[in-house]
Amino acid sequence: MNFDLFRFAAPQAFFPVAGKLIPWFSVIAGVLALAGLYVAFFVAPTDATQGEAYRIIFIHVPAAWMSMFLYLVMAGWAGFGLAFHTRLSGMMASAIAPTGAMFTFVALWTGALWGKPTWGTYWVWDARLTSELILLFLYLGFIALKSAIADPVRADRAGAILALVGAVNVPIIYFSVQWWNTLHQGASVSLTRAPSMAATMLIGMLLMALAAWMYSIAASLARLRAIIRERERDTEWLRMQRAAA
Amino acid sequence: MTGFLAVLRRELQVALRRKGDVLNVLVFFVVVASLFPLGVGPEPNQLRAMAAGVVWIAALLAALLSLPRLFAADHVDGTLEQMLVAPQPLASIVLAKIAAHWLTTGLPLAIAAPLIGLQYDLPADALAILLASLLIGTPVLSLLGAAGAALTLGVRGGGALLGLLVLPLFVPVLVFGAGAVTASLIGINPSAHLSLLGAFLAVSSIVGPWAACAALRVALD
Repeated sequence: MNFDLFRFAAPQAFFPVAGKLIPWFSVIAGVLALAGLYVAFFVAPTDATQGEAYRIIFIHVPAAWMSMFLYLVMAGWAGFGLAFHTRLSGMMASAIAPTGAMFTFVALWTGALWGKPTWGTYWVWDARLTSELILLFLYLGFIALKSAIADPVRADRAGAILALVGAVNVPIIYFSVQWWNTLHQGASVSLTRAPSMAATMLIGMLLMALAAWMYSIAASLARLRAIIRERERDTEWLRMQRAAA
Repeated sequence: MTGFLAVLRRELQVALRRKGDVLNVLVFFVVVASLFPLGVGPEPNQLRAMAAGVVWIAALLAALLSLPRLFAADHVDGTLEQMLVAPQPLASIVLAKIAAHWLTTGLPLAIAAPLIGLQYDLPADALAILLASLLIGTPVLSLLGAAGAALTLGVRGGGALLGLLVLPLFVPVLVFGAGAVTASLIGINPSAHLSLLGAFLAVSSIVGPWAACAALRVALD
């Protein structure tokens, strides 16, 4: 049997697949989030120095991870679409952007709420905070550019160029922690040295990160289906599907 | 190369015949920089500390103001389409336009900046660093700005959108450019900042024209 993955590059072929995948990813996201929140609130110990306020990292850290990761995924899809002229790739990039912007905002918001009891201030002009804010601007610029161009093909290609140029900034965000030495503590999780936190805290955070991943996939696919419906509304296959429904 | 020189000569000639456009940007730069002391007060120590940031932000805004003109006129009268189908590589034409843009906006700003620095009571060596940082940094504004100008070509609400697109990309220039002057003020060797600024110039001299060419092809598809 010859399984052709590239068949799903056609919006027509991917539309029903996305519809079948969404409930699965949603359920997994819900289960992981419940497990992660249980660990976060009932299992993980109180932090010796930061007290209970530290528990916000179970939302904050996964959101910050996703915000940067989703930008790279978005830029990847956009670049793929720019190189191979695949319609679905541009739609995928458009579908991911709002979720990424949402996580960026959540990371900033929870960071401010954590900063008040810990640092004594909602906002400091620290390198990582500032980079995250700039990442939010990059997302907003991408969304604004796409919505300003009426022709969807042109919008996809222009957005892709912007996303690729902006992707140069994401590594700068990551390494900014090492470049500028300011108030912000170093990265909480490191793969090279022993983690500086209790194992249960790490498990809770990883569960929440996986939940954020699954949620991102489900939300992006749902938005992708809406975009496909909008852009392909005059095609024969959608008309037949509407007639059958 | 002949295409590059021909376009450069043409762009400079057009700029010379419309001196107003070039001068307006320069005057805007000086006015914005002169308004800050009125807003925050004439305390010399405070002014000295914020001088580099003020000059750099004024330079960013002035660049932003001049960027829509980079391709707009040629787009309206069809010259841009001719440039796209010309036998010369589009990259050399775009590079020539970027070079002309820098010669008519970035370079005058850099030359005027030490005067503003004097108003902010900067010492002589900090003035020299300010000039050096602007000379290295303003080409980045033209290079990355060209990509933004090409992306927003013929798009509704282009001016405000251009700011949203390119200002976040200018952040490293602002950080290292203003950082160099601040470093020299507090007695740290600013060469690290200037080197990083130069590195960013090198990166953007590849990324900027590539993105501008791709965006122009998209805009005139």
